[in-house]
Amino acid sequence: MSRSIRQIHLAAHFPGVNSTTVWTDPTAGSQIDFASFEHFAATAERGLFDYVFLAEGLRLREHKGRIHELDVLGRPNTLSILAAVAAITEHVGVVGTLNTTFNEPYELARQLATLDHLSGGRAGWNAVTSSDAFHGANFRRGGYLDHADRYERAREFAQLAKELWDSWPEDGVRADAATGVFLDDGVPTRVRHRGAQFDVDALFDVPRSPQGRPVIVQAGDSADGRAFGAEHAEVIFSLHQEFEDAREFYDDVKGRLAHYGRQEDSLKILPAATFAIGDTDEEARERSREIALQQVRPEVALTYVEQVWGRDLSGYDPDGPLPDVEPDTGSETARGWANRHAAVRARIAKLRELSEAEGLSIRELVIRLTAQHTFVGTPARIAAEIDRFVQERATDGFTIVGHLTPHGLDEFAERVVPLLQERGSYRRSYDEGATLRDLLGLPVPHPAPALAAR
Amino acid sequence: MTEQVHIAIAFERTGWHPAAWRESTARPHELASPAYWRDLLRTADDSGVALATIEDALSLTDRFEPLEGLRRDRVRGRLDAVLIASFVAPLTRRIGLVPTVTTAHTEPFHVATGIQTLDFASRGRAGVRLVAGASAAERANFGRRAAGVDAIPASGRVEDSPEILAAFREASEFADVLSRLWDSWQDDAIIRDAATGRFLDADRVHNIEFEGEFFAVTGASIVPRSPQGRPLLTVLAHQTVPYRLAAAHADLVFTTPHEAGGRPGFELDAIRAELDAAADDLRTGDERLRVYADLLVLIEDTEPAARSAAERLDEWDGAPLTSDARIVVGTPGDVADAVRELAAAGVDGVRLRPARLPADVVAIAEKVVPLLRSTRTLREDDGAGTLRARLDLARPESRYVREKVAL
Repeated sequence: MSRSIRQIHLAAHFPGVNSTTVWTDPTAGSQIDFASFEHFAATAERGLFDYVFLAEGLRLREHKGRIHELDVLGRPNTLSILAAVAAITEHVGVVGTLNTTFNEPYELARQLATLDHLSGGRAGWNAVTSSDAFHGANFRRGGYLDHADRYERAREFAQLAKELWDSWPEDGVRADAATGVFLDDGVPTRVRHRGAQFDVDALFDVPRSPQGRPVIVQAGDSADGRAFGAEHAEVIFSLHQEFEDAREFYDDVKGRLAHYGRQEDSLKILPAATFAIGDTDEEARERSREIALQQVRPEVALTYVEQVWGRDLSGYDPDGPLPDVEPDTGSETARGWANRHAAVRARIAKLRELSEAEGLSIRELVIRLTAQHTFVGTPARIAAEIDRFVQERATDGFTIVGHLTPHGLDEFAERVVPLLQERGSYRRSYDEGATLRDLLGLPVPHPAPALAAR
Repeated sequence: MTEQVHIAIAFERTGWHPAAWRESTARPHELASPAYWRDLLRTADDSGVALATIEDALSLTDRFEPLEGLRRDRVRGRLDAVLIASFVAPLTRRIGLVPTVTTAHTEPFHVATGIQTLDFASRGRAGVRLVAGASAAERANFGRRAAGVDAIPASGRVEDSPEILAAFREASEFADVLSRLWDSWQDDAIIRDAATGRFLDADRVHNIEFEGEFFAVTGASIVPRSPQGRPLLTVLAHQTVPYRLAAAHADLVFTTPHEAGGRPGFELDAIRAELDAAADDLRTGDERLRVYADLLVLIEDTEPAARSAAERLDEWDGAPLTSDARIVVGTPGDVADAVRELAAAGVDGVRLRPARLPADVVAIAEKVVPLLRSTRTLREDDGAGTLRARLDLARPESRYVREKVAL
C-alpha cells in the first residue's frame, strides 16, 4: 500500500428525533435509556470510529398547535449524556451540538473544558446558531436574533471561548506543597472581551484541558455558515452526499482556508450518510425500500407536506398526487422544524415539478426527498464508494447515521469497516492515549498569538 | 428505638480545609482528572453511604472573596459539577449524585434536562443542590448583569440585602421551573402505537407556560420523565430566607446546627421550628422536608494526631479553620459520636464534609461508617431502586396527572 492513501474518518450519529429513526421496527429500543448509549458507543468504539455525535434538543417540535406525535421525540441533554458516555469508553471522541444563541460563553466553555478533561482529550463541540422565537421561548434571552446577528454572536462566542481556553498555560497548576504556591502569578490570564454581543472581564476557572481546546465542529451551510466554518471549524458536518455536490462543497470550503492561514488538513468534512446493506446489490435495494417505507409511513408523508404547505391536508391521500391547494405562508402549523425560512412557494413549485416528472405520489415524493439512502449495496460496494469519496477529495469521510436505536450501527461496523481496513484507508486500531484531535489528524492548537505575546 | 440516619458526603475539590491540598496524601495535580473523581466517588459508593454532593461555583474565586489580590496559596480551578456527576454515574452503583448548580446565570431549561439525563444515566440516583445569587466574580465572567450579591449584609441577615432577597426569589422561580419541567411528560407519554403511527400521545406531554419575574420558560422538557419522576431537589440553608426556599421547593435541606447550651440538639430545635413554620406557610404536597445536619470532619486514629493535623493545616493557611458547619477534629469514634448525637436529636441524615480529600473520605469509608453500622446508627441500604426510594421519599406523580384526576 502506498503512503499516499488518504485515511477515511468516520463519525457515528446517535439516531435522532426525526423520521430517519424508525421506531416501529420490533428491534427498535429506547432513545433515552442509558443502555442504548452504552451499546451505541461500544459499537462505535469497536468500529474504531473517530467520534460519536449527538444532536441537541431545545424544544419539542409542534404540529398543528400540538406536540408532534409521529416521530421519536424526547432525548437526553447533550452534555450530560456525553460525560456519561466518556466514562464507559476509552478511545472514541464525544461530540455534541450546543447552541451559541442560548448559552453563555463562560459557562459553555467551562462545560466543554470539563468534558475534555473527563474524557482524557476526546471532546468536540458542534457549534450551531438559532434564531427563532419558538426555541427562544425556553430561555432567558428569549426570542429572536436576526440571521446576521446570530452568526455575529456565534463568531464572538467562539472567539471568546478560545480566549478562555487559552487563558491557562499547559501545566498551569503549580500546586507546590513545599512553598504553598497553588497558582503562579499571572495564571490564568485575565480575558477582557468587549464586543457587540459580549462584554466580559473573566478569570477562567478550568485548567487547560488535554486538547487545549475541544475540537470545533460546524454544520451551517449558508454563506455565513461557510465563512464561520473556514475560520473556526475543525470538522464540518455537511449534508452534501452526492459525489459532485460534495466535491464542490469540499473545494469551496477548503479553498477558503488559506485566507485564515490554514492548511487543507486542518479541517475535515464529514457529510451525513445513511446506508442499507445487503448480500447482493439487489437485496440491498430491497432493504433500502423497506427502510424507506418504515421511515415514511403514510401519516409521516402527509405531515411532511403539511409542514411545507403550512395547512391541514389530512383529507389528502398519501398514495395520491400532491395537494392542488395553495400554501398558507403565514401559518403556525409547523413549529420547531428546520428550514421554515425556505421560500415556500418556490419550494412547492419544485416539488410539483419533480412529482409530475416522475409520477410520484405524496408518499413516494417524501421518500425521494428524505429517505434516499446514501450508500446502498453490498459491503464491498459501500466500502469502495466511501473510499472513492475520500481518495478523490469529495470528503474526508462520513458521519454515519443508522436508522435504528441502538443497533443501527452494528452491521456497518461489522461488515463495512473490515473492508475499509483491507483497502488500507482505515485504521486497524486506536493509538493508545490518542486525543480526538489525534484521531482526526488535526493540528494541535497553539494559544492565540495575542495571548502568547503578552 | 435507635435513631438511624443516612450519611451523605460533601465533595469539595481537595477537601474543605483551604490548605488541604498541601497534605502528602492530597492529589492537587489530579483535580481535573477523571481518575480523581472516579476514585473518590467509588470510595463513597462502596462504603454504603446514601448520597454525595459535589460543590461548584462559576468563578475562580470563592463566593465572597474579593476579586483583587487573589490568594495563590489556595486551590483554584474546578470542573463543572453536573458533568462530574454525569461522568461518575455509570461508574457507581448505589450512591445518590447531587451536583451543585448556581441559579443566577444558568438556564433552568438546560439544568432541568441535564439533571434528568443524570437520572437516566445513574438509573434513578440524581439530585441537585441549588445555590442562589451571583457574586461579583461570576458577574464579571458572564457580563450580563450589573447587580448581584457581593457580600452578606453587616447585620448578617439575608433580609437586610435587597440583592440577596432578589437572588432567592430567582432561585425559587428556578426550583419551580425545574419541577414543572420534570413533570411535563407523564410516565406513559410514549405509546409507540404502530397501528396509528403515533410514537407519543401529545395529550400526555405539557408545555409548562411559566412566566416569572426573572425569566419565562414556555415548552415541555425535551427529556421524557426520568426514573425518579423528579430528581431530588436540595438546598443548603442557614437562616430564614433560605429556610423558606427549602420549605417551598426542596425535598431535603442541609442545615448547620452548632452545639449550644452544651448540647447539639438545642440549635437544631430552633432550626426545625423555623423550618416547620415555613413549611406550614409554603409547602404543598404530602412529603415532609428531610433535614440533614452538616459536619466538617478531620479524622485521624488518635485525638492528638487529628489535632496536630489540624494545626498543621491552619498554620499553612495562616488562620484557624472556620466554617458555617460545626467542625469535628478527632478520631472516627468522635465523628461517630457527633453523628449519633445528631441522630438522637432527630435529623434525617448527616452530611460529612471531609476536611481533606481523599484522606478523610477514606477514613469515613473505612472507619466511621463501620462504627455507625455496628451501633445501628447508619440507615442501611435496603436495596430500594432509586435515591428517592432509598430516602423514603415517594416517587411524585406528575402534577398534570393530578390535575386530570381533579377534573
